[in-house]
Amino acid sequence: MSEYLIKNGHVFDPVQGIKGDKKDIAIKDGKIVDKVGSGAKVIDATNKTVMAGAVEIHAHIAGPKVNLGRIYRPEDKLFSCTPTKGMERMGGGASIPTTFKTGYEYAKMGYTTAMEAAMPPLFSRHVHEEIRDTPIIDEGAFPVFGNNWFVLEYLKNQEIENTAAYIAWMLRVTKGYAVKVVNPGGTEAWAWGLNCLSVNDPVPYFDITPAEIVKGLIDANEYLGLPHSMHIHPNNLGNPGCYETTLDTLKLAEGKKAKNKFGRESVMHLTHSQFHSYKGTNWGDFESGAKEVTDYVNKNKNITIDTGNVTLDETTTMTADGPFEHHLTGLNHLKWANVDVELETAAGVVPYIYSPNISVCAIQWAIGLEIPLMIKDPMRCYITTDHPNAGPFTRYPRVIKWLMSAKARETQINAFKHKDKVLSQTAIGTLDREISLYELAQMTRAGPAKCLGLGAMCGGLKPGMDADVAVYNFNPNKPVADPEDIEKAFSRCAAVFKNGVQVVSNGDIVSNGNKRTLWVNAKVKDNPQVMRDISEKFIKYYSMTQNNYEALGHHFVPNPYALEVDATQ
Amino acid sequence: METVTITLKNAPALYLEADTVSPDTFAGLKAAKIAELPVFEGNVPSTIGKYFDVSGDAGATAADTKIVVKGDVKKVKYLGFKMSAGELVIEKTADQYVGAWMKGGTILAKGDVGAFAATAMKGGELTIEGNAGNYLGAAYRGDWRGMSAGKILVKGNAGSDIGMYMLGGEIVVNGNADVHVMTHAEGGKTIIKGNAASKLGGQMVEGDIYVFGSIEVMMPGFKPNGEVELEVAGTKAKFAHFIGDMGERHKKKKGVVVYGNLYKKI
Repeated sequence: MSEYLIKNGHVFDPVQGIKGDKKDIAIKDGKIVDKVGSGAKVIDATNKTVMAGAVEIHAHIAGPKVNLGRIYRPEDKLFSCTPTKGMERMGGGASIPTTFKTGYEYAKMGYTTAMEAAMPPLFSRHVHEEIRDTPIIDEGAFPVFGNNWFVLEYLKNQEIENTAAYIAWMLRVTKGYAVKVVNPGGTEAWAWGLNCLSVNDPVPYFDITPAEIVKGLIDANEYLGLPHSMHIHPNNLGNPGCYETTLDTLKLAEGKKAKNKFGRESVMHLTHSQFHSYKGTNWGDFESGAKEVTDYVNKNKNITIDTGNVTLDETTTMTADGPFEHHLTGLNHLKWANVDVELETAAGVVPYIYSPNISVCAIQWAIGLEIPLMIKDPMRCYITTDHPNAGPFTRYPRVIKWLMSAKARETQINAFKHKDKVLSQTAIGTLDREISLYELAQMTRAGPAKCLGLGAMCGGLKPGMDADVAVYNFNPNKPVADPEDIEKAFSRCAAVFKNGVQVVSNGDIVSNGNKRTLWVNAKVKDNPQVMRDISEKFIKYYSMTQNNYEALGHHFVPNPYALEVDATQ
Repeated sequence: METVTITLKNAPALYLEADTVSPDTFAGLKAAKIAELPVFEGNVPSTIGKYFDVSGDAGATAADTKIVVKGDVKKVKYLGFKMSAGELVIEKTADQYVGAWMKGGTILAKGDVGAFAATAMKGGELTIEGNAGNYLGAAYRGDWRGMSAGKILVKGNAGSDIGMYMLGGEIVVNGNADVHVMTHAEGGKTIIKGNAASKLGGQMVEGDIYVFGSIEVMMPGFKPNGEVELEVAGTKAKFAHFIGDMGERHKKKKGVVVYGNLYKKI
C-alpha cells in the first residue's frame, strides 16, 4: 500500500492531547505510523487544519424507512441532483440523499465512519444492501430493541442473562452494532393506538414500564460488555415539558458502571438531546430545558449525549417512534407514512420545514446550540443533526460555524422573525462561548469514537490507529474575518484519507475506498431456552421463516469488520 | 426591450430539455453566446445552437428581453423555465413544463402546451391560445406546493388535474376541463367557462372553483349551500353554491370554518 506524509499541518488530536501544533502525520499500509520512507507521497498541509476522520454517532442513512422517505418524496430530489463526475456516480436528494451521495457528502466533509441509528431487525438485509452501496465510509447499524417482544417478555421477568443471549443472537444475525432503544414501550403501545409518555406508563398487554426496559437493557448491555452503550431516544420526544421525562430516563443509569474492554466509560447515550430538552406546557409558552438536562449530564459521567441540531431547513423526519410521527402529521398536515414491523418495532415518516419565521423552530435551533455550549466535557457531547430529523447531515459545516462563532449565532438570531421570543425562551443570547478546534475534534472525533468503543481504532491520529485523516483549508492561527469562511472550510476538505487510501482531493472524490461494515460478534454461553423461544416465535408469529432472516454472506456484508466480545465467562 | 428569435432548424430525435430558454438566462448575452447555452437531448448534453437559429441579442436584464420561439417545438420541454421577468412567445405547439416554476413576466403560447405547464408557478402570466395538457398549475410530483400566484388563461380546453395542490393565483379555462380540478387545494381560484367532467375539488381544503357549463359528476364530499349572485370574469349570473370537501380538515378564520367553494352557474 502507498505511503503518505501529511506535512506541516496544524494537528488537533484529543487522543494524544495535540492542540494545533505543527506536526507531520505519516501513513503506511492503512495505519498511522511514526515515520515513512523518503518515497512517501507528500501532502502539503501548511496553514491547514489536520484532524482524524470524523465519526458520525447517529444518523438515519440506510434502510427501509430512509428508502420510504426517498420513494414518497420525489420532490426532495428536485433540483438537488448531481451528475456523474470523475469517480462519482450520479446522486440526488437533499434531506434523504441516495446511497452514493450519502457516502460522497460525508467523505467530502471529512467524515470516515458513520452509524445508522435504527435498524429494524426484520429488514436488516435491506439496511445492509444500502450500507454496501454507500461508498467510502465505514458503517455500522444499531438494531432496535426497546419495543421487541422478546425483550419485553424477558425483562418483565428480570431475565438479564436471557435478554443478553437474545441481543447477542440478534447482533449476529442482523450484523448489528449496538443496542438502540426508541421510545421504549411506546412504539409497541402504538399498536394498541396508545403511547408511553413517561417512564412509568405501562406497556399494554406486556405490563412492563419503559423504566424497567431501559434499566434491563443497560444491564444486558454491560453483561455482554458491548463496545457501545445502550443508545436511547427516550419517551415523550418533542413535546413541551419533555425535559422531565428525559431527566427521569437519565436517572435510570444512576449507579450503573460500564464494563467492557473497549475503553468506553458511559452506560447510556442520550441521542438528539435537543428534541428532549423542552420546557413549558404548550407551544405558546414553549421554552428551553437545555440547562436542566446539561446540568444533570455534566454531573453524571456515565452518560453521553448528542445534540440533534435544528438546521432551519426543509427536511424529512423519520423515526421508529411511530406515535410521534402521527402526532407530527397532525401538527403540519403534510404527508405521513407509517410501518409496523411485526414483533419488533414500527416507523413513521413525515416531511417537515424548520422555518426561521416560526418561533418554535427558532427556539429549537437555539436549544440545539445551547446544549453543546453548556456541556463542560466535550468528550461526552457529540454533534449530530439526527439526520434527517433536525436537518440534513450536509449542514454540519453550518452547525460548526454557529458553535465556533458567537457572531454567526448573533447574525442568525437577528434574522429570526421572532427574535425576542428566542431570547426570552432560551439562554442562547447569554452564551458567548466559542467551541475551539480542539473541542470540535473531541465532539466529532475522539468523543464519539470512544463512546462507540472504537477509541483504539479511529477518532485519533496516534500511531497504530486506522489512517482516517481529514485536512481542512482552515488556518487556525488566522483570526476568522467572516464566519462564512468556517462553513466553507468544513464543507469541502483539501484531502481525506480512509484507511490509508486518499478518497478526497481538493473537495473531489478520488477513490471509492474500501468501505467496511462494522458489527459486533458477542459470544455467550449456549442458551437453549432463548434459541427455543426464537424458533417458536418464528413459527407462531413472524411472517418470514428463521432461515430467511439472517443478513449474511458476501451479498449483504461484502467487507465485514467484527468487533469480538466474549461474555461466556 | 430587445427581441431574440430562436427558430427550430434541426428537430431533435428525442425530446429536448431546453430549460435555458428563458429571459433570465438570455439576459446580457449576444446571439452567438445564446447559441452556446446548454440543453439536453435525452441524456446527451448539447447546445441551443445545434437545434435553433438564434437571431438578435438579449437585453441587459430579463425584463428587457423578449424571446420568440418559432418552428415546430412539439418535442421541446421547459420553455420559460423559472423565468422571473420579460416576455416569451411560443408560436406553435410546445411540449411539457412550459413556464414551470415561473415567477414573473409573460408567456404567450399560440398553440397547445403539454402537461405540467406552470408547475408551482409563483407569479407572472401564462396565456395559452390552444389547449393545455394535464397538471396545469399543479404541484411537482410528491410536492404539496402547487401554483401560489400569477394568472393562467387557457383559450381552448384543459386536461385533467389542473390546479392540483393550488395555493393561490387564478386559472381561467374558456373551454372544458377534464377530471380532477384543484385536488388538495388550499387556496386560489379556477374558472371553467365550459363544461367540467368529474371530481372537482376532491380533498380541497380552501379555494374557489367556478363552472359556467355542466358538471358531469359531483363529488359526494360537497354539500349545497344555497344560491348566490356573483360577477365572475365579467359575467354577472346566479350560481349554485357548494362547500367542501367535507371529508377534509378545515381551518378556522376568525372563529368561522373555511371551506372550499364550488359555484355552478344556474
